[in-house]
Amino acid sequence: MEPLIKIQNLTLGYDKVPVLQNVNLEIYENDFLGVIGPNGGGKTTLLKAILGLLKPMSGKILFRKDINGQKKPIGYLPQVKHMDRNFPITVFDVVRSGSLMKNTKSVTEADIRKKTEELLVEMGIANIRNKAIGELSGGQMQRVFLCRALLSDPKILILDEPDTFVDNRFEGELYEKLRLLNNHMAIVLVSHDVGTISTYVKTIACVNSELHYHPNNIITQEQLNSYNCPIKLITHGEIPHTVLKHHH
Amino acid sequence: MSTFIELFAYEFFQKAFLAAIFASISCGIVGSYIVSRRIVFISGGITHASFGGIGLAFLLGFNPLVGAVIFAVGAALGIQFITTVAKVREDSSIAIFWSFGMALGIIFVFMTPGYTPNLMSYLFGNILTVTISELIWMFVLNVVIIFFFSVFFRKILYIAFDEEFARAAGLPVALFNYLTITLIALTVVLNIRVVGIILILSLLTIPQATANLFTNNFKNLLILSSVIAFLGTMAGLFISYFMDIPSGATIIFTLVVVFAITRLYKHFF
Repeated sequence: MEPLIKIQNLTLGYDKVPVLQNVNLEIYENDFLGVIGPNGGGKTTLLKAILGLLKPMSGKILFRKDINGQKKPIGYLPQVKHMDRNFPITVFDVVRSGSLMKNTKSVTEADIRKKTEELLVEMGIANIRNKAIGELSGGQMQRVFLCRALLSDPKILILDEPDTFVDNRFEGELYEKLRLLNNHMAIVLVSHDVGTISTYVKTIACVNSELHYHPNNIITQEQLNSYNCPIKLITHGEIPHTVLKHHH
Repeated sequence: MSTFIELFAYEFFQKAFLAAIFASISCGIVGSYIVSRRIVFISGGITHASFGGIGLAFLLGFNPLVGAVIFAVGAALGIQFITTVAKVREDSSIAIFWSFGMALGIIFVFMTPGYTPNLMSYLFGNILTVTISELIWMFVLNVVIIFFFSVFFRKILYIAFDEEFARAAGLPVALFNYLTITLIALTVVLNIRVVGIILILSLLTIPQATANLFTNNFKNLLILSSVIAFLGTMAGLFISYFMDIPSGATIIFTLVVVFAITRLYKHFF
């Protein structure tokens, strides 16, 4: 099987200072990859490169032939804390803006509106479609941006720290939703909360100036240490400490 | 009431009326973009930099608005350029262009022989002395702005809201940023005669702040801001005429009072 994305000897950085070096990674259909690592370790930098927002210093990011093109079928959910919550835009318009990622020019305005409505209903936020984003709770905000990411029917869904500023209840719903979506799309999930994500992800990549790929979701403190990934396997709330075992 | 209608018989007042319409539409639309995107400070920098062009025009004896256009567009692109390419902090580069333009203007005006009678009307505006050729240029600007914002409405909105997402989707974000900042510069300059360099920022922000109290929909904001700007400008114009006080300052005063009353009303009801 050919991977959707193949990353070869990738080095990334800003102003000629490398942040992440010599990354090799393949993302296949139906993958659910958790990307963990300390702040400043290069998690977001890696996402930016995959999204085409950052040019590699060296190495390559190759997309599978059928999805390669000017617009790639990627759904992207950015860190919500970077959003301007006072911007005068409605929920409907935010979700609709996901159509920017659409590949084909043949999509009509009516199609986009229909798809937008469907997603709003599916996510249970149809009743707030005309609200300004500034009036939303963290969980609602997250759903709005997830809808936007899904509007383009992506093959790969990329989420940057989707669990920040979201209450525990919605966090569970979100991960259940992702598990369903994973049936027909690859998911790349960046998080600092390794305890929570390892319940849901299938594979793990530790990113801290290098990338260590871990081909399953059972990871121990010893392994993290040997990856030079200074993360503590701490969980909080109702999540048991044994989450690192596979969860069926 | 009859006195109001009689005013429209005067040619100067007909011109002022047209100027009020054109200024309200251009400032309403462009100002909504400025406020939403939080680039009020850049707009202030562009406005004040244009004074350098007005000074140069006085010194060399050509149309001050031409000088203002050159300096405003130059400052707009210059701020964008040295921020993104030369990596100067944005607020610092704005302050550099802001004060440098004003400084050049003061030097040029000082070097101009004799008295410069129109200087005040550029600094504080005088809608009652707008000329036909200025009205034509304002009209052209309105056509360009309405065309640009209707054809590219969604792209403008999405880039303004989430630039990174727009870039990831492959939109020509840098090109749009240069185009919109140029439109801001032109809007500022062509409306200088209405309220002046010192006061133009108000037409770009106060009606928008008032409109924002009623709507959070970007399209409605564009329309409502233009309507509020027009009502405020006309009210200010009448008040200034009957009380015989400067029109530019009266228009701003009216806009602020309308905003304050609306805000208080919204607070209590």
